[in-house]
Amino acid sequence: MYMHVAKEYSTLEKEAHPVVLDEIDRRIVLATQHGLPLEPRPYHVIAAQLGISAEEVMQRLRRMQASGVIRRIAAVPNHYALGYRGNGMTVWDVPDEHIDELGRRVGELEFVSHCYQRPRHLPDWPYNLFAMVHAPSRDEALQLVENIAALLGKHDRGHSVLFSSRILKKTGLRFQP
Amino acid sequence: MDAIDRDIINTLQSGFPICERPYAEAAAALGIEEAELLQRLKQLLADNKLSRFGPMYQAEKLGGAFSLAAMQVPEEEYDNVAQVVNSYPEVAHNYQREHAFNMWFVLATETPQRVDEVNADIARRTGLPVFNMPKLKEYYVGLRLTAES
Repeated sequence: MYMHVAKEYSTLEKEAHPVVLDEIDRRIVLATQHGLPLEPRPYHVIAAQLGISAEEVMQRLRRMQASGVIRRIAAVPNHYALGYRGNGMTVWDVPDEHIDELGRRVGELEFVSHCYQRPRHLPDWPYNLFAMVHAPSRDEALQLVENIAALLGKHDRGHSVLFSSRILKKTGLRFQP
Repeated sequence: MDAIDRDIINTLQSGFPICERPYAEAAAALGIEEAELLQRLKQLLADNKLSRFGPMYQAEKLGGAFSLAAMQVPEEEYDNVAQVVNSYPEVAHNYQREHAFNMWFVLATETPQRVDEVNADIARRTGLPVFNMPKLKEYYVGLRLTAES
């Protein structure tokens, strides 16, 4: 039995309304998109750069976080450096009429970090459900893939696992001034 | 990496305070001094154990777009194509994967139209088709990597 409790669930409908940012918000984005200053008072450092008060910087960051413009302020680990060698993008061809339920169930698996529906490109690319799995080794990752296959059962009309062999670039979002 | 580094990575993946001395607050929760947390974060970033540390912005919420795109690149052209793709500031990540579709990159753009423009430009410059695979629905996004000894 699976408990159908979505921990974090959103759809494009929810994301269809962009938040309006003013020029100062935009300058805060540009000043912090490379990272937060590693100084005891990082928000004061940003404030001094922009010529506004630290209180205003913090207020605006809180507002952007509340509205979802900022998902969170956080450390982004490098999978490889942390010993995760089995980083696989698993891709599945499942019936469109069942994909929402199947996607939610796959997303609830503890070893799945991201789960999305994406478009097929027939005939080259038949897969419409993507789930990222991370394990210390490829063998262990492949066992996790079998768990997903078992969960999908007859709805698994074909799947593949794409292991990453090299990070070619990882900078994150960079808007231009 | 020692137990304190692992504790820092595991704890700071999920969030960081917005206050006057946020490193001091985060350090207190970890049982270390502010100066030690700053020093260790600098080292983790220098060693590339952390890719970055700071606000994670959502391009969609900023009126822009995120999109995943994939290419099938012949081995002998691989490095040149990677150079072309990586040259766009809109390309946030790019991964080599073991598959006929062997190059996968994420675009973060300021306008939704810019995704198609960049993909078209890459296709024109490389002579290879670019398959755009934007997310249609998001079922789960989380961070569950645990730094273990």
